[in-house]
Amino acid sequence: MTLASLTKPWEAFSYGFLDASAKREIRRKMLKAIAVPGCQMPYASREVPIARGWGTGGLQVTLTLIRPDTSVKVIDQGADDSVNAASIRRFLARVSGARETLDTLDATILQSRHRIPEEKLGPDQILVLQVPNPEPLRPVEPNMSVARQMHGDADYSRLWLTLYEQIVRSGRIMQGAAYPSLVNGRHVMTPSPIPRWDVPKLHMAQHLTFLSAGREKRLYAVPPFTRVEPLVFSDVPYKVEDHAGLTCHRSGVKGYFMNEIPQDDGTSAHELSDSHFGVKAIRRAEGEAVATGETWYQNGEFRP
Amino acid sequence: MNMQEIQGASARLELLPPQLMTTPPLLTLDGVSRRYGDVVALSDVSAVVYPGEVLGIVGESGSGKSTLLRMMNLEDTPDTGDYRLNLPGLSTNLFGLDRFERRMLCARQIGIVYQNPHLGLLMNHTSSGNVAERLLIAGERSFEALRGRAREALDASEFPLSRMDARPMELSGGMQQRVQLAKAIALEPALLLLDEPTTGLDVSVQALVLDTLKRLQRDRAITMVIVSHDLGVIRTMADRVMVMRRGRVVEEGLVDQIFQDPQHEYTQQLVHAKL
Repeated sequence: MTLASLTKPWEAFSYGFLDASAKREIRRKMLKAIAVPGCQMPYASREVPIARGWGTGGLQVTLTLIRPDTSVKVIDQGADDSVNAASIRRFLARVSGARETLDTLDATILQSRHRIPEEKLGPDQILVLQVPNPEPLRPVEPNMSVARQMHGDADYSRLWLTLYEQIVRSGRIMQGAAYPSLVNGRHVMTPSPIPRWDVPKLHMAQHLTFLSAGREKRLYAVPPFTRVEPLVFSDVPYKVEDHAGLTCHRSGVKGYFMNEIPQDDGTSAHELSDSHFGVKAIRRAEGEAVATGETWYQNGEFRP
Repeated sequence: MNMQEIQGASARLELLPPQLMTTPPLLTLDGVSRRYGDVVALSDVSAVVYPGEVLGIVGESGSGKSTLLRMMNLEDTPDTGDYRLNLPGLSTNLFGLDRFERRMLCARQIGIVYQNPHLGLLMNHTSSGNVAERLLIAGERSFEALRGRAREALDASEFPLSRMDARPMELSGGMQQRVQLAKAIALEPALLLLDEPTTGLDVSVQALVLDTLKRLQRDRAITMVIVSHDLGVIRTMADRVMVMRRGRVVEEGLVDQIFQDPQHEYTQQLVHAKL
């Protein structure tokens, strides 16, 4: 027996691009993150072949989880066909042999920038959200050491104060995306810049969610069936975007989160933000047999 | 002491709550010492404050009076010493509490007004928001309740309610002190600490702030500890005075006793320098 016979043949890249020690590091932190829902876990963020801030955190988590039998979907603000989403999806398939998909129901790993699909995710699916700024306390406490102490003490009064000030100054809560949410009654997290529309989708969801920030080197998780409660005053209810009455100009579908498209005449048209869900609706309208999953919202109303 | 002063002293004694002489102290500090490197900030300082009483602490700059106040507000831990508040469920030495316990205790039971409003206020938030922050720490989660209680506290501090949503950075020094005061009393704390509350204010505004403090003390019988190097403020506010020098208590007594008949040489210098 020789040493050469015990080692694997040389390969240009490790499976899934990341080397084994990087994956081990991230796996450990993912397990910790699942054990303490919503608590930010620092990790050694590696270089990946996209720029920091373009989804490196999500990409590292996906690369750690990916297997040859994975089907991977990547969306960018709801769209499967943006340059960033397409590049990441192709890269993932290339370095792992995983299958690319656009269908939410078909995907086992969904990497997303700033949206959660409209169709409900199941227990065998993992959602990986890219996070630009994982620290919900950053706007109120720039000192990271102090912010960490505040998390330790569950001292979120400054976040509540921010909401109070918004109501006093504007008459309503102005926080749009990245609405601070209490996870499992303990840690406040920023659910990445998903719209308010998507935050209820994390509450007691069947799927596992990882949120990872590559530039900031932190990841956190929402395990299945975990409480995710947006911070709201007892007498000021949580409100999602008023999209219930909007109709998608391409698919004719109504009651889901829409993108606004300004028109030349000064008006606005709307189209479904979840692009593949819209494609399914168009195909169905054309008589094609398309499997559509149960949706989180129906007629603009959230149904858990 | 002339007749007018005797009458003043009698009137002051009548204002003391009747339980003053019969109840145990609200605050007990015992043998508190603190060094910062080679500098002795506090050396074996002991003090008691009774419910409803106003204790004044005077001394020159660097005498340790503000350090002592910071200890009372649990912002610092001494090298040695014992600190107790006679409140239900609080039988322990407060210096042994962890950071979280200290924060919760201070939010609910100890209010503080700093000399520098920047230390006590969030300058970019509204005045009502500053008061509401204290209520939020204590767990209030109703917007209307926050608003109502902030309004009530600001009103009690004689802050003009038409400006309750102005930011402290837009207010005068006297107004900022009133916002601090409202924040400090919002939860009706057992103990109110005042660190040079009128320093830097002009005499007329000083008088207004002191009037507000006296009215609050009279109406709510709040136990206060007031630190000042201004003997006039101490004489106006305090029932009892503690004189500090170089981290030690050199003399302690009723306010008239200290001002009329100082025993320690340093107190005599201090009083006469003022006079």
